[in-house]
Amino acid sequence: MRVLAQVAMVMNLDKCIGCHTCSVTCKQTWTNRDGVEYVWFNNVETKPGVGYPRRHEDQERWRGGWQVDRRGRLKLRSGGRVKRLLGLFANPDLPDLDDYYEPATYDYDTLVTAPAGPHVPVIRPKSAITGEDMAITWGPNWEDDLGGAPEHAPADPNLAAMAEKVRMEFDKTFMFHLPRICEHCLNPACVAACPSGALYKREEDGIVLVDQDRCRGWRMCVSACPYKKVYVNHRTGKAEKCTFCFPRIEAGQPTVCAETCVGRLRYIGLVLYDADAVLGAARVAGPRDLLEAQRRVFLDPDDPKVAAAARAAGIAEDWIEAARRSPVYRLAMRYRVALPLHPEYRTMPMVWYIPPLSPVLDAVTGMGADADDPDNVFHAITDLRIPLGYLASLLAAGDTEVVAGALMRLSAMRAHMRARAIDGSVDEDLLAAAGMTAEEMEEMYRLLAIARYDERYVVPAAHREDAAALSAQVDGCSLDGEGGPGMTGFHPAGLTGRRPDGRLGLRLFTGRGGAA
Amino acid sequence: MNVALWVVIPYVALTIFVVGHVWRWRVDQFGWTTRTTQVLESRLLRLGSPLFHLGSFAAIAGHALGLLVPKGWTEAAGIDDHLYHLVSVGAGTAAGLMVTAGLALLLARRLTSPRVRRTTTRADKVLYAVLTVVILLGLTATVGENLLGGGYDYRATIAVWFRGVLTFRPDPDLMAGVPPIFQLHAMSAWLLAAIWPFTRLVHVWSAPIAYLWRPYIVYRRRAPRATTT
Ligand code: SF4
Ligand code: SF4
Repeated sequence: MRVLAQVAMVMNLDKCIGCHTCSVTCKQTWTNRDGVEYVWFNNVETKPGVGYPRRHEDQERWRGGWQVDRRGRLKLRSGGRVKRLLGLFANPDLPDLDDYYEPATYDYDTLVTAPAGPHVPVIRPKSAITGEDMAITWGPNWEDDLGGAPEHAPADPNLAAMAEKVRMEFDKTFMFHLPRICEHCLNPACVAACPSGALYKREEDGIVLVDQDRCRGWRMCVSACPYKKVYVNHRTGKAEKCTFCFPRIEAGQPTVCAETCVGRLRYIGLVLYDADAVLGAARVAGPRDLLEAQRRVFLDPDDPKVAAAARAAGIAEDWIEAARRSPVYRLAMRYRVALPLHPEYRTMPMVWYIPPLSPVLDAVTGMGADADDPDNVFHAITDLRIPLGYLASLLAAGDTEVVAGALMRLSAMRAHMRARAIDGSVDEDLLAAAGMTAEEMEEMYRLLAIARYDERYVVPAAHREDAAALSAQVDGCSLDGEGGPGMTGFHPAGLTGRRPDGRLGLRLFTGRGGAA
Repeated sequence: MNVALWVVIPYVALTIFVVGHVWRWRVDQFGWTTRTTQVLESRLLRLGSPLFHLGSFAAIAGHALGLLVPKGWTEAAGIDDHLYHLVSVGAGTAAGLMVTAGLALLLARRLTSPRVRRTTTRADKVLYAVLTVVILLGLTATVGENLLGGGYDYRATIAVWFRGVLTFRPDPDLMAGVPPIFQLHAMSAWLLAAIWPFTRLVHVWSAPIAYLWRPYIVYRRRAPRATTT
């Protein structure tokens, strides 16, 4: 057993109002630069919908993630090592800018500089890449709130697995928002595909990062990631991805997207896991067994044996303590309401989701029944194929039982708290059906409904012993060069900076492009 | 004059090549990249880039064979002049055409795709110009002299001189009687060597061969392990 700690996230989808605050604050922090105009480390999709980049979940097309071959070996879906090197000259699976969208800006100056005349001056959209006039025909969130869904959403790969009838009716039936960031996977396909070894997973906290000094621009990570959460900076020619706001995490703070989330639906905490068991879990044969396999990789921080092994592996006491208080571990393992996004990609994603109950409630109301009556809701969960099948193809490799189980527990929680508030009664049958005690129910309620800041985010700061290494980085930054990830001069908590070896970027090689 | 052309210039170029690489490697890891633009345009790249790269590999292998391997060795291996000529002209012409076609496609892509054009740096423009000259001269030499013309035995002169330069025993007189097209090709190649370290060509040295045997998942520590256990 090799115990490692992973900083992980859970998002409670029922609470997401699709306001995009997380996307905007993330963009302002990390990708507000030339070369990454089209990049959203955090984006919020309306589901059903094709998402960003378009149809990224269609792995027949993009060939991201892993698969198990006939002999039971785990392989990148895009092929083996030799094949990847042969593809260096032209990556056959790389999305085009048009699969994302062409970013636009407006010639705002016209409003000020237009000569006086009888007409109000108008501004025209200009491509943020070429500076030329353009028509805006697609965007990272074109289908917001099902806008244009009858036209576009049938192309959602998650619908392909569902019955004909569903496809026709879905837009009357349900809708929810899906915020997405990099999953900081336990078995990251992006890392495995990087020919230079520039992508790596940090041993201390599991954050997956691109070493900007070692990336050589082979762009294999972009296509290998099934979630399409690595991007090419077309100015610097290097890959960039969500950093899980590591400078904030090191300082014991939540990520920017979580901190600013209006719905307060994001939870950040540690999960201890057995790194030696990851490979075995990622190659279990049946896609539907992957969820349980991944759960078995997680270690119970309350188990003294695990704590001892963690200590032996050099994990500090306060980290083990933080793992015990982790909201992520509780939601995924104790209450079992959080589920991984597309476990069938076999990357062992570490951003999990609590499936939304609202599509079911909407369906109940739509049928003219009372959505406040728990019986109606339970029946709907077991009978309604439409939203359930969809949620299952998103969060459980198509296994509706798993999603139904999570939704059952969520609606049992509603029923339990309601009964308690109205007449103080406790329905033991209900608790037994959900497989939870009244105490657990109430804890879960507290975590999900009250959702206090310090319960949502249990992030232990990076260690003092490491402070020397950290302070060596303060003052200046090798990535501050034009087009570099640090060129906005953003230095969160003063932690980014010049590498210990003091390397710098050179202006001559970083291009002139982008709109002036 | 001969000394300046065939001794001084080569060594100046080689010095810039070596020192430039060391300097760039130490100062500019962040700029050391292919500067891929596939995400901006992939239709032309999908054809042009493999043509150009694979053609270049063949051409480089051919140059290594022609310039570095002494004539005596191939003869000892039982390859007579005629056979060598056939193979080198055939393969050389094929490789040259591949590189030229690839380059033409990539150039067309640079020029016709506004997205790609905007990301083109000064260094890129110089590189494209020099590469075009080197390749066209090389192709002309191979096709013009060796395929259509009577054939020129560069292994008796250019190759010997080139090995002399590399082993610090340069003999400029060997180059005096060489046909001008070969002379120009060699000159332009030195120019390419001199600008090499300052362009995206540096990515050649990062060909990720080690990928073939490294473990798939790379772990790295943020800080050295604390030694207080
Ligand atoms: S989700 Fe993140 S860690 Fe996982 S494969 Fe994609 S980029 Fe890598
Ligand atoms: S800020 Fe929160 S509520 Fe708003 S879109 Fe993002 S995840 Fe949803």
